[in-house]
Amino acid sequence: MTEPTTPDAPLHLQKHLVDQASTLGDGMDPALSGLVDPTLDAGLEIQARSQWSYARSRFLRHRLAMIGLVVLVIIFGAGIFANLIAPYSFEEIDLTNVLQAPTTTAHHFFGTDEIGRDYLSRVIYGIRTSLEVGVFVGFASTIIGVIIGAISGYYGGWIDNILMRITDLVLTLPALAILLTAAALLGQGSQWRVSIILALFYWTTLARIVRGVFLSLREKEYVEAAKAAGSGDLRIMFRHILPNTLGPIVVSASLTVGAAIILEAVLSFLGFGIKPPIPSLGSLIASGQQFPQKWWITVFPGLVLLIIVMAINFVGDGLRDALDPQQRRVRA
Amino acid sequence: MPEPLLSIRNLVVEFRTEDGIVHAVDDISYDVFPGETLGIVGESGSGKSVSTMSILGLIPQPPGRVASGTAIFKGKDLIKMKKRELRRFRGDELAMVFQDPMTSLNPVLKVGYQLGEAIKTHYPKVSDDDVEKRVIDLLRMVGVPNPEQRYTQYPHEFSGGMRQRAMIAMSIANSPSLLIADEPTTALDVTIQAQVLEVLKTVQAETQAATILITHDLGIVAELCDRVLVMYGGKIVEHGDVHTIFQNPRHPYTIGLMDSLPKLTEDEDWLRPIPGQPPSLINRPPGCAFHPRCFLSQGRLRCREEVPALRTADGGTDHASACHFAEELIGRHSKFAEPVPAGGGA
Amino acid sequence: MLTYITRRALYSIPVLIISTFLIFSFVSLAGDPTANIRANPQFSVITYRNLQHKYHLDRSIPVRYGYWVQDVVTHKLGTSLVTSQPIWPDIKRTVGHTAQFIVLAEILALILGVTVGIFSAIRQYSVFDYTFTSLSFLGYAMPTFWLALLLQILFVNIYLKWDVRIFYTSGLNNPGNGTWSWDRLQHIGLPVITLTVISFALYSRYMRASMLDVINTDYVRTARAKGLPETKVIMRHVFRNALIPIATIAALNFGSLIGGAIITESIFGLDGMGYYFIQKLGQLDIYAVMAWLLVTSVVIILFNLLADILYGYLDPRIRYD
Repeated sequence: MTEPTTPDAPLHLQKHLVDQASTLGDGMDPALSGLVDPTLDAGLEIQARSQWSYARSRFLRHRLAMIGLVVLVIIFGAGIFANLIAPYSFEEIDLTNVLQAPTTTAHHFFGTDEIGRDYLSRVIYGIRTSLEVGVFVGFASTIIGVIIGAISGYYGGWIDNILMRITDLVLTLPALAILLTAAALLGQGSQWRVSIILALFYWTTLARIVRGVFLSLREKEYVEAAKAAGSGDLRIMFRHILPNTLGPIVVSASLTVGAAIILEAVLSFLGFGIKPPIPSLGSLIASGQQFPQKWWITVFPGLVLLIIVMAINFVGDGLRDALDPQQRRVRA
Repeated sequence: MPEPLLSIRNLVVEFRTEDGIVHAVDDISYDVFPGETLGIVGESGSGKSVSTMSILGLIPQPPGRVASGTAIFKGKDLIKMKKRELRRFRGDELAMVFQDPMTSLNPVLKVGYQLGEAIKTHYPKVSDDDVEKRVIDLLRMVGVPNPEQRYTQYPHEFSGGMRQRAMIAMSIANSPSLLIADEPTTALDVTIQAQVLEVLKTVQAETQAATILITHDLGIVAELCDRVLVMYGGKIVEHGDVHTIFQNPRHPYTIGLMDSLPKLTEDEDWLRPIPGQPPSLINRPPGCAFHPRCFLSQGRLRCREEVPALRTADGGTDHASACHFAEELIGRHSKFAEPVPAGGGA
Repeated sequence: MLTYITRRALYSIPVLIISTFLIFSFVSLAGDPTANIRANPQFSVITYRNLQHKYHLDRSIPVRYGYWVQDVVTHKLGTSLVTSQPIWPDIKRTVGHTAQFIVLAEILALILGVTVGIFSAIRQYSVFDYTFTSLSFLGYAMPTFWLALLLQILFVNIYLKWDVRIFYTSGLNNPGNGTWSWDRLQHIGLPVITLTVISFALYSRYMRASMLDVINTDYVRTARAKGLPETKVIMRHVFRNALIPIATIAALNFGSLIGGAIITESIFGLDGMGYYFIQKLGQLDIYAVMAWLLVTSVVIILFNLLADILYGYLDPRIRYD
């Protein structure tokens, strides 16, 4: 999106904004281009800016979201570059140094675990695992949710009915129970199996939202106009309606990443998720239960998990604020 | 000249928004006399609703505030009053009817209860039976059929027109001296509009209350009002009695409003809207707020630099216009310069 | 009103049937109940085949589902393949235990959450509001299992250091104490606190948002215009309307409460539904797992029904739907 021009700009430069807005299908009703607009010229009007620049400036102003974003970059960055940052490998065993409290000697800032592995390194690698799972599930479930929601909302009728009944059914059971069952029967061990299972069960909320938008927008006039002009269904769905769903999609995707990270942690904690030796924040926390006096085993990975989730929530809130300000939002 | 019932002087109301301070009402003054119907006309954003809501204390205070001004009602200044005292006037001596009847009633409480609440709040000693009787009478007065049954129903069982009647009934429950009706028919179908206007007339006749009728519909003004205020950009640009305003308007905006109405007794090829957009209320450029859209101004310097003051015009002592060049409009008749049906009981 | 209830109830039945069928199919396809037996060299192939036939494992899924339903209805949820014990008594016992502390947690969370939500909304942007909104952000993001574990560690350390037991950190009772004893309270105290904190965060946030929504409606403006004192406006007009969505949320939250129960029971070693589920899942005891899922489905559907009815009671517009 181009930057909006200032109110002092000559009229013809402002007109191009109007033209652009009408072809973007981003929800802005195109103003009738070509009308002489004396008030605009005299600078007596608040200049209309494109939706995206409003959204961006709103997001940047959201202090919590910015803090969250910075925190996430730091933490996830550490996860991505784990090999470079972690002082030790997560497997390096040192039986002479078992269960040591956090200290600055030998860089054991988080202490060591019950077989002498450096805990800071394990936590960092755990972050990486969480990141892999989170991103994959966020991505995959978003795609599934959008496709199903789009088809359901656009075509309506019996397809919609069936798809929505299926999503309803998924909801009648506690999420954790279903995921545990699936995990127990299908896949434990690697993060990819867990990710796939999570993705397969997590698309329902987004599908509903997308469906809602498609349902309401397919009756709009510009869709009819596009049909009259001969556009195929796919083109209409992608070009005209989908851009309007980007706001909720982005918000939902970010929150899904957070939820996936937590769910993976819970699954691993209970023993049905990622198995050792791959470190997962969940299984790290679980190992702390045997050593209640060695508090660092439980506290550090949990703290990291908490911070990640809070940061994602802040960013998600900021995104929701920026992209959909009319929606009721629960914010600080 | 009788004493004015309500006397507003130099009222300024501001709102703090993330884009700046909005000057919704910018130094307006007017009077309302007992028993009369005063129409306030203007576009959305002209400040007409805000001005009345602010004197009743209904503007949410964090973003909004009354920056200055007085509003003397029966000898007391509503603006300076403490909230508790103002509350005693609200719903009793001063009542208000709002625009959207579909959302103005609490959906989970019965209609009869909500109307009764208006009475009970100010007169708690009245027995429940008497309250019920009075409410049923009120419903009958405003033309709600089967009032005894309707008393026990919920708002969603009422149609839009009926809800607005109920709202009107609620507002006159305590026989107010001043009734403020904020676009009471805007949200209704045209046929229902006519009915509700009839109800308003009935109610005025019954209670002898003075009425401030806020609207953007000139047809309603012609039918109900004795005097008219025209507002633009938070200021009053013209006021006078209804005949004068319709037949000899002396402000380009008023003339524009009249001109933009189709006249049903003549053939017209094109409608003539006022060109341009309403002004931003945040960053006010100097000069007259209307000049960019004004046919009379023609870019004259004085219009661009100096805010015009309200000056007496040629339609009588009550007629005033805020235009530097109002004199140039003398002798000009609007297309409605024929006998206009008299307003409600002047 | 009665038609509304019956209609919702009737609608629930096919939902129940279809969901159990889907789950049954999924579970049957994914896991082989006889896997343990097959792997065991002690059993001959013939025994294995007989077993398969006895449990109808050689038939198609819909047929097996039919047999399973029959079994459930006539034999009270059937018998476990692993332990050869009837399933129902176990479930009955564990459900009772879980219900006790879940209900307690839910009631606490609702009372606290709604109250805090109301005051946060009335005193928006005040110190109270900011404090509690931040706390609810924290509570919302807090992983249940971590909080539970932290509490456990905290109270274990308190005991170790000062030799005083405020809350017990595992088990349901010390021997000799009953279901409604002070001792039981000490044992379920920590799980209840854990679940309450998380639900509280949810309810207070939503109540605050709901209150703010309602406070800005036209009909509240009408109430003020009538001259009602602000307290009456809040209590009579705002509160009741704001409570309506909370009913739905509380019902929907029940599913995650069960999830929370699974976690807390595992950590605190409580003999409840959650712990039972984890155990049976670990043993791949298919019929027990199925029975558990069935019971949970029924309970959740019942709760959703309850929420619908409550919603209909609170909002007169819905009854005439």
